[in-house]
Amino acid sequence: MSFDQFDQHADIPGTTLFDGSQAIKGYALNKMCYSFNSAKNRAEYLADPEAYFSKYGLSEKQKQACRDKNVLAMIAEGGNIYYLAKFAGIYKLSVQDVGAQQTGMTTEDFKEKLRRAGH
Amino acid sequence: MAKIIGGITSSHIPAIGNAIANRLFEEPYWKPFFDGYPPIRAWLQKEKPDVAINIYNDHGLGFFLDKMPTFAIGAATQYQNEDEGWGIPQLPPFLGDAKLSWHIIEGMVADEFDITSCQELAVDHGFTVPMQLLWPELSKDPNFPRTVPISANTVQHPIPTLKRAYDFGKALRRALQSYPENIKVVILGTGGLSHQLDGTRAGFINKNFDLMCLEKIVDDPEALTKISRHELVREAGAQGTEFLMWMMMRGALGEKVTSLHRNYHIPISNTAAGTLLLECAA
Repeated sequence: MSFDQFDQHADIPGTTLFDGSQAIKGYALNKMCYSFNSAKNRAEYLADPEAYFSKYGLSEKQKQACRDKNVLAMIAEGGNIYYLAKFAGIYKLSVQDVGAQQTGMTTEDFKEKLRRAGH
Repeated sequence: MAKIIGGITSSHIPAIGNAIANRLFEEPYWKPFFDGYPPIRAWLQKEKPDVAINIYNDHGLGFFLDKMPTFAIGAATQYQNEDEGWGIPQLPPFLGDAKLSWHIIEGMVADEFDITSCQELAVDHGFTVPMQLLWPELSKDPNFPRTVPISANTVQHPIPTLKRAYDFGKALRRALQSYPENIKVVILGTGGLSHQLDGTRAGFINKNFDLMCLEKIVDDPEALTKISRHELVREAGAQGTEFLMWMMMRGALGEKVTSLHRNYHIPISNTAAGTLLLECAA
């Protein structure tokens, strides 16, 4: 087996594989999002998001992506969707809202796209 | 020995937990999904397994990226369901079977299948939603089984190959068959089928690929071991890699199984939901 077979950067449209390099880049962001499993931490974040970003050592790009609630930008900065979902949950965004934002659709159109996949 | 009576696959989407809490069983959106479960519940009530081995993938409750086991086995007397951060109602703890867990751990490691043992493991929706779907009364049901949770990594690549997942199931089967007590065991493989939550391809669903998997996993699971991980992501979506749990389950059932029930419905949340009841040859 040659080394290039270990490369996780598959050419799959619209898809970022969360691999080692993403894991390194996104560690602080994902660690912050993982902390949102706790109600106490969610309250602390909401009281002062900027202080909470700094406490977890987010990069400036990660902070801006969070301020903008921009999921694609969070992924570009190493965010993993399972942890980002906990961030989205704070703002009561469903996975359809998150899908709609990433694909540039309304949530209703995104839901319709899912329904059509069944036909 | 432990007798493996069969396997069940089920999606484990968090929205199902909310739908159950709000009793949306008859709503047009939910009915085609929930209607897939009564025949499986009837089979479980007839067969009364003592233990359910629940193979699922943790989504950031029991494990974080600081330490990410590829395969983890619960070895506790009970398992807590904890807050996941986005409002799905929490369930009471689930009773474990630590003695059986340690037998599986001993058996699999002796068989050169090295795993991570967990004496504490918070179980998330991947574990709890199928338990609710299959035993709606949970611990109030006198036939509610003890559980052994098994979690495989699909959060972070490299994830295991489909062949490795299938071989995991085979090793699990060997370990169960050497258990000294006479107990009945059902194996759950949860998650899937095709879906993708992240990226500009979010909302991707692949009915043709799912139907092929539903077909092959019954009679020709070996064929599915030829699918590469990249191919799985491409065809099933980034989170459709949860199909690995189905492969682990199937490996534990032995060669011949009979498909007693099947349901497939698009969409539940962002996902194609697949349900199967496979019975082992007597």
